[in-house]
Amino acid sequence: MSSLNSKLQDLLGWVDARFPLTASWKSHVSEYYAPKNFNFWYFFGSLALLVLVIQIVTGIFLVMHFKPDASLNASGVPVAFASVEYIMRDVPWGWLIRYMHSTGASAFFVVIYLHMFRGLLYGSYRKPRELIWLFGMGIFLCLMGEAFFGYLLPWGQMSFWGAQVIVNLFSAIPIIGPDLSVWLRGDYVVGDATLNRFFAFHVIAMPLVLLGLVAAHLLALHEVGSNNPDGVEIKKKKGADGIPLDGIPFHPYYTVKDIVGVVVFLFAFSIVVFFMPEGGGYFLEFNNFDPADPLKTPSHIAPVWYFTPYYSLLRAVTFPLFGIDAKFWGVVAMGAGVVVFAFLPWLDRSPVKSIRYRGPITKVMLTLFVITFFILGFLGTKSPSYAFFGAIPGAPVAQILSVFYFLFFLTMPIWSSLDRCQPEPDRVTDK
Amino acid sequence: MKKLLTILLFAPLMAFAAGATLHLDAAPDRSNDIPALQRGAKTFVNYCLNCHSASYMRYNRLHDLGLSDAQIKDNLMFTADKVGELMRTAMQRDEARIWFGAPPPDLTLIARARASEFGSGADWLYTYLRTFYRDDARPTGWNNVVFANVGMPHVFWELQGEQVMVDHKLTLAKPGKLTAQEYDEMVADLVGYLKYMGEPVSEFRKNLGVIVLIALSVLFVFAYALKREFWKDIH
Repeated sequence: MSSLNSKLQDLLGWVDARFPLTASWKSHVSEYYAPKNFNFWYFFGSLALLVLVIQIVTGIFLVMHFKPDASLNASGVPVAFASVEYIMRDVPWGWLIRYMHSTGASAFFVVIYLHMFRGLLYGSYRKPRELIWLFGMGIFLCLMGEAFFGYLLPWGQMSFWGAQVIVNLFSAIPIIGPDLSVWLRGDYVVGDATLNRFFAFHVIAMPLVLLGLVAAHLLALHEVGSNNPDGVEIKKKKGADGIPLDGIPFHPYYTVKDIVGVVVFLFAFSIVVFFMPEGGGYFLEFNNFDPADPLKTPSHIAPVWYFTPYYSLLRAVTFPLFGIDAKFWGVVAMGAGVVVFAFLPWLDRSPVKSIRYRGPITKVMLTLFVITFFILGFLGTKSPSYAFFGAIPGAPVAQILSVFYFLFFLTMPIWSSLDRCQPEPDRVTDK
Repeated sequence: MKKLLTILLFAPLMAFAAGATLHLDAAPDRSNDIPALQRGAKTFVNYCLNCHSASYMRYNRLHDLGLSDAQIKDNLMFTADKVGELMRTAMQRDEARIWFGAPPPDLTLIARARASEFGSGADWLYTYLRTFYRDDARPTGWNNVVFANVGMPHVFWELQGEQVMVDHKLTLAKPGKLTAQEYDEMVADLVGYLKYMGEPVSEFRKNLGVIVLIALSVLFVFAYALKREFWKDIH
C-alpha cells in the first residue's frame, strides 16, 4: 500500500512539474479561505454549478436523439416535435433525461435569481467585487439566451409563437429592425432555418460562452475572496500565518456543507421531475404539447415564467415617443430592466454592504422591489386584460410597478446614501 | 411589413381580452384501473383511430395495460401489420383537410395539450365528448359546448343519442344505445386511456419518484451528519 502511495506521490510530482495541479487545488479549494459565517443564501452558487452540469450532461444525451428538423413526417407532424416524443417514449430513460433538462431550465433560473438576491441582500456586488458581478450579469444574459434558444427546439406551439414574438421585437428597432429580424430568423417567418440556427446556438455557442464566463466569475471571486452576510472583509484581519482569522478552507468545510445543500436541492428538484414535470403549466406550457402550426395563433402567448417580469415591462409601454412606436420603447424597457442590474455596484452608495447594518429605507425599498418583481412576473403570465379579483385591472398596476422597478435603481444613489446605517463590526458575527 | 409584424406581436395578446371562462366537468380518475383503460383503448381504436392518428404511440406499448402481443393483434390492430408499429391512420391528411376544414389532430398528446387554467386535459376531453349537440348551421350538423364550431362531427351519436341546445342548456332529444350513465362511463374510460397515452410512463414515474425521495432522505441524514462532524470545531 505504501509503495502504491509513494508511486502516486511520484506521479503527482511528475504532473506538478508540468502543470499546476496541486497549486490550483490549493488556491481554489483546499486553501481558499471563505468566511465561516455563510448562511442559507450561500448555497445557490454551488447549486448553480450543479444545475449547469445537469443541463450539460442531460443535454448531451438529448442531442443524441433530437432532430432539429421542421419538415413534416409521414403523419404530418414536424420531425423535431416527433423526435422529442420519441425521446419521451422509445429512448430508454429518455423521459427522465428530458424532464431533468426541462426542469433544470426552470431550476437554473430559480437558483440564479436567489443567488442574485443574495448579492442584493449583502452588497456582494460592491467594491472590490464589481467584476464578479459583471461576469455574473454576463452569465445571466447568456442563460436567458440559452433558455430562449432552447425553448424553440421542441417545436411546439408555444416554442414557435414565443420565438416569433421575441424575434419580431427586433423589428421594432428603427430603420434596420425589419431586416434585422429577417436576418435573425434566416427566413420571413420562424422556420426550419430558425430551428437549426437556434439549435446551433443552444448546444454550442451559448454553452461555450457560458462556461468561459463561469470560469471568469470563479477566478475573479477567488482573487478577491467571498463576501459574507456581515459584508465585512475577512482579509483585513489576518492571523500570524497570513490566513484570515474568520476564514476557513473551502475544502473540507464548505464542500461538506454544500453536499447538504445539494441533497436538499435534489429533493426539491426530484419532486418536480417525478411528480409535477409540467410545473402546473409554468415549466412545460400546456399548448407546447401541440406541434408548431404557423397558421394557428394561440389565443394567449406567454413566455416561460422566468422571463415574465421583463415581459411585463415590455407591455407596460403603450405609448409612442419621439415619433417611434411604443413597441420599440417596450423593447428598450425590457432590455433596460435586465441590464440595469449590471449598474448596481455604482448605484449603491451606502457606507455598509450588508442589509444587516443598513437602515429602514433600504429594507423597505428592497422588500418593495421583490414584491414588484413577483407581481410583474405574475402579470407577465396573464393576458393584458387580466384583473385582480376580477376588479383591479392588471395593466395599469403593471405600469405603475414598472415605474417603481426603474425608480428603485435610478434613485438608489440617493436613498442608499441617505439611509441611517449601523456601524459594521470588525469581525464576522455568529448570527 | 412593419404593421403586419406589429399585428403579429400584439394580436395574440389582445385575443384573450374577452376573458372567457370555461366550465369543465371533472373526469373520473382511471389511472390504475387496468380493465377501464383496456376498454378505453378498444373504444379508441374503434372510433378515434379511423380519422385521428396517435403517431408517437406504438401498439406494443399497450403491454403496459396487461395486453399480450396476440391480444393486441387480434383485438386492436386494424390498419397495422406489426405490433411495433406506430398508431397511424389510413386517412389522408390532404383529404381530411378538405372534408373537415382541418386535418384531425394527432391524439397521442391531446390529454396534455388540452390542459388549461380551467382544468386538466382529461377534464376538457371528458366534457368535450359529452357536450355535442345538434346544430343545423354547421356543415356536419353538430356543434360543441367546449369547442365552439368544431370541425369534428359527433362520432358517438349512435351511443349517446342526439342532444339539442335549449335556452343554453343541453337536453337529450333522441336517446342513443347507451343510457346517460353508461355513456359517461364509456367516455371516462376513453379519456382515461387518452390520459395514459399522453404519458405512458407517468405511473412508473411517480412510483420511482417515491423511491428517489426516500433515497435522498437517507442521503440527507448522512450528509448532515458529515457536515456536523466537520464543523463541530468551527466557532
